Amino acid sequence: MGQQIRLEVVTPTGAKVDEDVDIVNAPGFGGDFGVLANHAPFLSTIKIGTLTYENGKKREALMVSGGFCEVSNNKITFLVESAEKGSEIDVERAMRAKERAEKRLAQAAQQTEDFNRKRAEIALQRALARLKVAKM
Amino acid sequence: MPSLKEVKTKITGVKKTAQITKAMNMVAAAKLRGAQEKMEAFRPYTAKFNEAMSNLSSGANTNAFPLMESREVKNVELVVITSDRGLCGSFNANVIKLATKKMEAYEAQGKNVSLVCVGKKGFQLLKRSGKVRKNYNDTMGNFQMFHAREIATDIAAQFLEGNTDKVEIVYGSFRSVAVQEPASKPFLPVQPVEKDEAEERKISGDYIYEPSSEEIMEVLQPLYLNVMVYHAMLEVGASEHAARMTAMDNATNACGDIVRNLTIVYNKARQAAVTNELMDIVGGAEALK
Repeated sequence: MGQQIRLEVVTPTGAKVDEDVDIVNAPGFGGDFGVLANHAPFLSTIKIGTLTYENGKKREALMVSGGFCEVSNNKITFLVESAEKGSEIDVERAMRAKERAEKRLAQAAQQTEDFNRKRAEIALQRALARLKVAKM
Repeated sequence: MPSLKEVKTKITGVKKTAQITKAMNMVAAAKLRGAQEKMEAFRPYTAKFNEAMSNLSSGANTNAFPLMESREVKNVELVVITSDRGLCGSFNANVIKLATKKMEAYEAQGKNVSLVCVGKKGFQLLKRSGKVRKNYNDTMGNFQMFHAREIATDIAAQFLEGNTDKVEIVYGSFRSVAVQEPASKPFLPVQPVEKDEAEERKISGDYIYEPSSEEIMEVLQPLYLNVMVYHAMLEVGASEHAARMTAMDNATNACGDIVRNLTIVYNKARQAAVTNELMDIVGGAEALK
């Protein structure tokens, strides 16, 4: 096995992941990026999306919502507001959230209320990310 | 001398009160453990966050960010965080006292003060002042990050619109299970995070930023506000339960004291009644002779 990088996913309710992995793929601000061992110090914001990491043959996916990540000293730390593994996701609830957000978006398109549309968009992104992770 | 029956009823009443306070004490103890665990779980997150913030803000021009802009202070907002429920000693009263003191001090300087109340108790007592701009009730029982976000977003929006120039949080900080103190901390404008010396050495300057460090700051600052509100709410939650635990323990002890005193009164009354009866019998027998 080649070199590994330490992955930490920290949320307000505690550390979610803390292990050595081969590669991390994350939804960065300017698009997805991958991080391997001994990456240069790096700081990026994180969008709502899927974080995947591989450890040998094992491949894991997490749904993450906004935050940022820091790479230094062969360690990658994600600070996100929430992180959920596929098995922890309530698919039905995510489906409902998706439908609700879509309905809201359709309503908001007729109005000019910017704030509500933004909220619905974020909710939709979250729901879609959850569904994607749950299917992995 | 109270009658036997009166004293007896009183003793049973006090004993029942003691049962309730005992139960509340135990509930508070269990909840305190939960609240402390929540705080413990949150600590690594804040530690990391502060580290990143100090990394980023060290070279930053503070007036470049709208949330960091320090203006001439005309309107001050106090965010008063208390518990939703009472029966926790002087905990809420102390927080409110500090808030009122701050409010008066700012008003003496000719500043306008508005209040945001998180927690029902603070609102109940402060609404009379007529300065409460917004209040959040029934969130303290079971709050999550998104509650904190809602509150922080609203306060930040007021600041950005120029309705407030300075915001402070007044809350009950959690020193230990035995000590909870009312405290306040500056909230807006965002203060550059000071780093201690140990950290200074650790920082390697050559980070790759994506996007630029300024843009990351823009994203992080609102998050930082959420973290601050959430942290204060966590502390208030833990303090509330700790304060209630102490208060209920005291109440249970006081009940014990009252029962002891009442039992003495009861026994005296009983003794007096027995003596009276005896005297009657003896007196009666004497009269028959």
